[in-house]
Amino acid sequence: MSKRVVVTGLGCVTPLGRTLNESWRNLLSSKNGLTPITSLPDYEKEYKPREKSIPSTITVGKIPEDFHDKESAISKLLFTGQDERRTSSFIKLAVRTTYEALQHAGLLRPNEININTSLCNLDHFGCLIGSGIGSIQDIYQTSLQFHNDNKKVNPYFVPKILTNMAAGNVSIKFNLKGLSHSVSTACATGNNSIGDAFNFIRLGMQDICVAGASETSLHPLSLAGFIRAKSITTNGISRPFDTERSGFVLGEGCGMLVMESLEHAQRRKANIICEIVGYGLSSDACHITSPPADGNGAKRAIEMALKMAHLKPSDVDYVNAHATSTLLGDKAECLAITSALLPGRPESKPLYISSNKGAIGHLLGAAGAVESVFTICSLRDDMIPHTLNLKNILHLENDESDRLYFVRDKPIEKANPKYALCNSFGFGGINTSLLFKKWEKI
Amino acid sequence: MFKSICKISSRMAPSACRTMLARPVMANSILAQRFYSANLSQDQISQRVIDVIKAFDKNSPSIANKQISSDTQFHKDLGLDSLDTVELLVAIEEEFDIEIPDKVADDLRSVGETVNYIASNPDAN
Repeated sequence: MSKRVVVTGLGCVTPLGRTLNESWRNLLSSKNGLTPITSLPDYEKEYKPREKSIPSTITVGKIPEDFHDKESAISKLLFTGQDERRTSSFIKLAVRTTYEALQHAGLLRPNEININTSLCNLDHFGCLIGSGIGSIQDIYQTSLQFHNDNKKVNPYFVPKILTNMAAGNVSIKFNLKGLSHSVSTACATGNNSIGDAFNFIRLGMQDICVAGASETSLHPLSLAGFIRAKSITTNGISRPFDTERSGFVLGEGCGMLVMESLEHAQRRKANIICEIVGYGLSSDACHITSPPADGNGAKRAIEMALKMAHLKPSDVDYVNAHATSTLLGDKAECLAITSALLPGRPESKPLYISSNKGAIGHLLGAAGAVESVFTICSLRDDMIPHTLNLKNILHLENDESDRLYFVRDKPIEKANPKYALCNSFGFGGINTSLLFKKWEKI
Repeated sequence: MFKSICKISSRMAPSACRTMLARPVMANSILAQRFYSANLSQDQISQRVIDVIKAFDKNSPSIANKQISSDTQFHKDLGLDSLDTVELLVAIEEEFDIEIPDKVADDLRSVGETVNYIASNPDAN
């Protein structure tokens, strides 16, 4: 019999804040986390000379600058000089966000990085952290120096760029000796990390895990690439589901969950935040960057998650959509949601839907991790965040968009959602859907 | 030479570079060596190697609080692993404007061995 899996700790850093509390508060109060590239400190040097490839009108979702302050107390606690030399920014984000999540889960004493081993066995403590791209900054810089200056390659080059080095460094820092795992499934990475951790715990292979994803790929080269792939909006506004949406805004950040079996959480008297009850995946098998117009791949992922949880489509109250603000993607997802979740739904039961990407942009690999954290907060606080910048709702040919409750202008309070889905889809046609259940004290 | 130390230090911590500049006595003596002596003495080399090491990781207690001498070993005394040693030797190469062949670099385990190698290298300046 498979084990029940609960979430007991959360952490994130986003363009809206350095911590979960700051990010969540700013998300609910309609703060915009996006910055015009013209106000970036390195704009004149790095971006302006490449204006042909990167129009000056675009925006990016950058995390607060002082997050990286090496002199801050938290940096000094978490990073030695050696760490500073041999880690790159996506790794450091992962270490710091894991620290927040472990603290939130009550596993650390204040200002310590050693896990309290009376609460858990570190041999069964897994670490699953992915990244979509890894350290593009180091790849770019090293390539230039190697090619142009024939310079010796830095011995830390490889350990800085590999996408699994976030999981590797977090395991070392917190002495997590269970499995070390890292998926890289483009923009579905975060959901896959959490979903895989869910399965490992369900199967009894791990008692407890940290799971999430980290991404810091804001770089002129990645921006130019996404612009050429017709993915990024050149007007700087992320407006998921809006008729005027024209592409996503690239962001950076990290989200992390502490997940454990219900019995493990109860044994250590942990504060349970929610339960994970379903995980679905599918492949479009259609196109490298575009979904099928009817969203049938996303539909099958949602259905798999429902089936695992033994739920009816009408049981789902809220969908934290992937909705990146692209023309095809948002529409295909809405069609997937209507066909997967509306059948059999009473008129009286609304299906709330919103996307966090209006406010934070698209965090690529970290998107699913951060948005899962926000989805869990929605259940915890009975507060469904709205989609920023959504004015005119897109129209679906099947006329069912009227039956979806697009949350806009302000959050919905006291809707008492019990089941919430978090979708993430990625280049390569991967679709993932996680199903969370509000925690009700037994 | 100054450039290389500053470059290393600014990568580690922004304040290190300023600290170096705030030591005019040392700066003058180095300039003097540069202009008036192509052949460096063991002591001069040793002092500059130690400066590079100090700038390499000024936050590490095993380096900052250590009295570094020619007997000091990179791994045993300074806590540097093989990757750190490779990176440190790159900094030393930049400092003395030389290239240490990988075969030689693999055998340099202490400050003294490194100083001896630099002294034997006619390109070092």
